[in-house]
Amino acid sequence: MPDSAIETADLRKTFGSKVAVRGLTLEVGRGEVFGFLGPNGAGKSTSVKMLLGLVAPTAGQALLLGRPLGDTGVRARVGFLPEHFRFHDWLTGEEFLDFHGRLYQIPAARRRRRVAELLALTGLAGHGRKRLRDYSKGMLQRIGLAQALLNQPDLIFLDEPTSGLDPAGRLLVRDIIRAERYRGAAVFLNSHLLSEVEVTCDRVAFIKHGEVLETCDLKKLGVEERSIEARVRDLRPEALAGLEQWAGSVRLDGDSLMLEVRAEESVPEVVAYLVASGARVYSLHSRQASLEEMFLRIVGTEAGL
Amino acid sequence: MTGVAVIAGLTCREAARRRLLAVAAAIGSAYLLLYGFGLHKVLESLPAAASRQLLFRRQAVIVLFAMGMYVVNWLLAVITILTSADTIAGEINSGVIQAVVTKPIRRWEVIFGKWLGFAAMLTVYLAFLAGGMLVEVRLIGGHMPSHVPEAIGAMWLECMLLLAVTFRFGASLSTLATGVAVFGLHILAFLGGWVEEFGWLAHSQTAMDLGVLASVVMPSESLWRRAAFELQGPVIGSFGRGPFSIGSVPSGWMVVYAGVYLATALALAIRTFSRRDL
Repeated sequence: MPDSAIETADLRKTFGSKVAVRGLTLEVGRGEVFGFLGPNGAGKSTSVKMLLGLVAPTAGQALLLGRPLGDTGVRARVGFLPEHFRFHDWLTGEEFLDFHGRLYQIPAARRRRRVAELLALTGLAGHGRKRLRDYSKGMLQRIGLAQALLNQPDLIFLDEPTSGLDPAGRLLVRDIIRAERYRGAAVFLNSHLLSEVEVTCDRVAFIKHGEVLETCDLKKLGVEERSIEARVRDLRPEALAGLEQWAGSVRLDGDSLMLEVRAEESVPEVVAYLVASGARVYSLHSRQASLEEMFLRIVGTEAGL
Repeated sequence: MTGVAVIAGLTCREAARRRLLAVAAAIGSAYLLLYGFGLHKVLESLPAAASRQLLFRRQAVIVLFAMGMYVVNWLLAVITILTSADTIAGEINSGVIQAVVTKPIRRWEVIFGKWLGFAAMLTVYLAFLAGGMLVEVRLIGGHMPSHVPEAIGAMWLECMLLLAVTFRFGASLSTLATGVAVFGLHILAFLGGWVEEFGWLAHSQTAMDLGVLASVVMPSESLWRRAAFELQGPVIGSFGRGPFSIGSVPSGWMVVYAGVYLATALALAIRTFSRRDL
């Protein structure tokens, strides 16, 4: 598709007998902020590394801004903040950005201007002449973000951009992502902080065992996905099992019944079903499902490693 | 080639910033001071009658220069391996390389740029040490050894070869394993050189063949032996055998082989780094 920033088809990576990414198929549009969610070890970082050419896929195909993976030219239009940001810490902030600007082949005058702009944007204006080894974790995260924006990229990969940042830093990242989207850039956001993803992303993909389980539009989240909490007695086990036709996740704790349904229209159906099954319903409350509840429904509660 | 120049520049800047250049310059200067002092004392202690004989004094200066160059050769080998073992392996291990190779730069440019940066610094260092020694033997000894450019050329080639081999291992092994592997190969070559020399003295073809085999596996020491051969004077035999005098001389073909070995090691380093996951 010509408007895709990223397009992958059955992208697969194995390390010996271990399957890191089973078959990644997804599409990210230009100007879209796309969240990539999953438990630890789900294959998120390996997927990002494949897209950036750091790791060679075992099978499958992918296009970045319409060009095949590994195309050197397209990297001039891509920005990347690695998860474990490790940089040449003997450089000063200014030298570091200048070096990466040279790698992008940005002309000297524009590079100088851009370095000053980005230091100001990331709140590091007074720290450009300090060595990176003297930066705090949050400052390193900010300078890493600045480095990813040097070339005014069309596609930005941010791997855990808010880890190590205080609330003000998180707000800054959120504002930068919004500004980049406004400029027309696509942002591929890999984050554990679901609350951050919820407020910044247009769409999210849930990944587990190296496969996309579900992709959903966050603008519709809360309109369709509902969380139901009810106080119920005399609910027979077979009736409880029958609730799974509407809900991905059903839990009964004493009288307290909790379930997440995929559509608001399911709520009256669930109520009618409970009454018809002979259960006595004392109270029932339905509210918008959070991204966290959605994550748990789709990915499950099994802890990642 | 812009990427190569940027990476080469960064490599030199890193060496300066991390005080590698300062430490190497301090060690080199200390060595030159010590060597000059020792040269003066040795020549001063020669028997008055022998010292007056021009030929004898010239040979003494030649041997002392070769001895000094032997130390320079080892110093350079150690510095080459120690300073470059971490440059690829360390950046892969720490993840520093990730933000670099995702820029519009080819992986071969990263390797070649780093190699070029180290090669330039080591060339200057060799010139500093060898130049300093030449000035000292001229001023203190009163003579200029012959065939110095050929000898320094062979030593330079050895240094570049060790650098390329270190890069080859650094592209696939950890820093420590890289250092151990390259030192191991260099020591093997060193022992092979001695075995070949003893074989030449004892007329043992088997020992000489073993020495040649070691030089084929790692030709670094054969380049030093070629340099020592270039430096030794015509009547050097009167001073006995040692690392500064050569009986079994590595041929010109061995020098060509070392050049091919260097290019192959560098090409393999680029190939391995270009294909590996980071």
